[in-house]
Amino acid sequence: MTDQRSQAEIVRQSLKRRYRKERRFRAYGIMAIAIALGALLILFTDIIGKGYTGFVKTTITMDVQLDGEMMYLDDPTDERQIKMADFVEPLVQALIKEIPGATEDDRNQVRELINPYASVTLRDALKANPDWLGTTQTMTFLTHTDVDVYVKHAGDDAYSIKLNDQQKTWVDELLERDVIETSFNDVFFSGGDSRDPSKAGILGAIVGSLLTMFVTLILSFPIGVAAAIYLEEFAPQNKFTDFIEVNINNLAAVPSIIFGLLGLAVFINLFGMPRSVPVVGGLVLTLMTLPTIIISSRAAIKSVPPSIREAAEGIGASKMQVVLHHVLPLAMPGMLTGSIIGMAQALGETAPLLLIGMVAFIVDVPDGFFDSATVLPVQVFLWAGSPELAFIERASAAIMVLLAFLISMNALAIWMRKRLERRW
Amino acid sequence: MKLNKALATVALAGSVAAMSAPAMARDTISIVGSSTVYPFATVVAERFGTKTDFSTPKLESTGSGGGLKLFCQGIGTQHPDITNASRRMKTSEFELCQSNGVTDITEFRIGSDGIVIASSKEAENLDITLEQLFLALGSKVPVNGEWVANPNKNWSDVDSSLPNKPIRVMGPPPTSGTRDSFNELALAAGCDELPEAASLSKDEHASICESVREDGAFIEAGENDNLIVQKLIGDTGMYGVFGYSFLEENADRLQAATLNGMIPTAEAIAADEYPVARSLFFYVKKAHVGVVPGIAEYVSEFTSNAAMGQNGYLKDVGLIVPPRAALMDLMDKAESMPNLTLDELK
Repeated sequence: MTDQRSQAEIVRQSLKRRYRKERRFRAYGIMAIAIALGALLILFTDIIGKGYTGFVKTTITMDVQLDGEMMYLDDPTDERQIKMADFVEPLVQALIKEIPGATEDDRNQVRELINPYASVTLRDALKANPDWLGTTQTMTFLTHTDVDVYVKHAGDDAYSIKLNDQQKTWVDELLERDVIETSFNDVFFSGGDSRDPSKAGILGAIVGSLLTMFVTLILSFPIGVAAAIYLEEFAPQNKFTDFIEVNINNLAAVPSIIFGLLGLAVFINLFGMPRSVPVVGGLVLTLMTLPTIIISSRAAIKSVPPSIREAAEGIGASKMQVVLHHVLPLAMPGMLTGSIIGMAQALGETAPLLLIGMVAFIVDVPDGFFDSATVLPVQVFLWAGSPELAFIERASAAIMVLLAFLISMNALAIWMRKRLERRW
Repeated sequence: MKLNKALATVALAGSVAAMSAPAMARDTISIVGSSTVYPFATVVAERFGTKTDFSTPKLESTGSGGGLKLFCQGIGTQHPDITNASRRMKTSEFELCQSNGVTDITEFRIGSDGIVIASSKEAENLDITLEQLFLALGSKVPVNGEWVANPNKNWSDVDSSLPNKPIRVMGPPPTSGTRDSFNELALAAGCDELPEAASLSKDEHASICESVREDGAFIEAGENDNLIVQKLIGDTGMYGVFGYSFLEENADRLQAATLNGMIPTAEAIAADEYPVARSLFFYVKKAHVGVVPGIAEYVSEFTSNAAMGQNGYLKDVGLIVPPRAALMDLMDKAESMPNLTLDELK
């Protein structure tokens, strides 16, 4: 009796301590989550704070007098004449007219406000509309990057303002009169890379990423699933299959740059495939993603209860029928989830692509699997290393786009798991 | 059975994509090489792409050595057409090219780049000789005739005219061409000023005079020079080593140290008066001219007055352009494309 009493006494006495312990344990867990969320928050505020201005472009709208004599042009359909025509002069003249007090003597300072590629825009517009020659058109052009930086970041210590005081007064005045305006940066989403930050876009990198990911998906998914099915359902359990299993697990932990070296040696040097193309990028990323897909697919197959197999076998299904009609459909959601996570990992990879030449300055948007291309994370890497400060905001903006892709892929994986997964 | 068929189709499509990779003809110029030349070559490539009907050349930043290795791999469209370098081709690289059948190469010297030691405008500027710089940053320095691990903690330990502040310098990692040039042109040159350096053997000279201290005074910042710039602006006790173009881009916030009495200006670097200046090059594979369209036109764009003249667009992005006479020579070279010979490199 006394024994029991003391037992209960001991329990009661320790109860408080045990509750405290539990509360402490929970607090540790909450702290861990808070730290992780805090790090994420810092990352996001930093990137968004630096990058949101990358989604804004600065343009200038003016009445351009397309005077044939001034441009040395009397037939815009003649290629030779187009080549020798002066498309800068009409822009400079139009801008001088917009700035009260500016004269012909200020032409160099005025010219520095216009984007160097604005003359290309004018040339292409005139080529498309030959009848514009001799008329006056209201057109919108990008401003020079220096103006863009001034408009967006005046007073920001992280940026250098390169305009002189005269130019600053002009820009302030033009801003007030809405000749210079800021608007959504569609150029960023419709153009390829450029060395001029105002003109640089990520469309080329997005298309390159999509092409590379497509190759990765159509290769790694069937190969990975087939390997997993064989290893899980058909392969005999012996030392050899153990050896394969250990090595697949090892491959999943190999640093990604090794796959790049392998790709360089095998696909480019041995097979003679071209450098910098999405096919080779896709092949390399396939090698990298395969172990992830095989491992997750095997786990998905393992989680199909044996009763399903036994029931199918019991009514006379062959081994292949069991696998294809019953096991595979039930394991598919898990396999897809694993594949999507593997693909998301591949989407963010730069290191293996460095060696096969996909870390490159490529202006033209790729239009095929054998066209030179680069991918989104590489574009971020290239911009972050550029001397022009205006690329910082573009790099951060590109990171946001990349994160959006990654988040949507992971969300898709979660949605598919929720939607398709069956519990027994 | 439907699933079975679908699987087979996907697998077939996959293998077709993998197999159908012929070594196809290329219509885009492929350029590799130095990360120092990259910002200039990309501007030329882009201008070339918008001005002409050729597609815009593809540029990879592989470093000078990596670029020459790829370039010398052989003839054929799977190999690059042009390589950029922030130093001259070595004789060993020339021989590698020759042995792989890349016999006809034309060399273009396209201007200069200076390496600067910069700090925030609010920091105390350095006025330093190369000898003092070596004593501050070398891994081993002579003390009483013995080479010992660098004991200098503050700049003023090296020379009393220098600031009484801890030595802290950020610079590029050993993989960078800028670091190679810094070691060679700044440190080794400073080391040679010391009387003790005369008695070093060739191997000792390379290992002592061209190595940077590793005790934390020199901080390797990775290839991203923007990062160094950001650090300098935030930390007035820090100095940074990078290319002249980054100084020019941040001229309103950074100041450059005086080296051997010379301030890095475009003029001083072009005239080779600034001690840590180097020439930039590109090499053209002549066997590809006419095979890959646009090579001759790209070279002529690069060497034109619009690009490299005194008002050229390359000057705007920080290239130190060659004087007019040298540019005229380059223009001639672009037309005749003379072969590079081993004797020129020796």
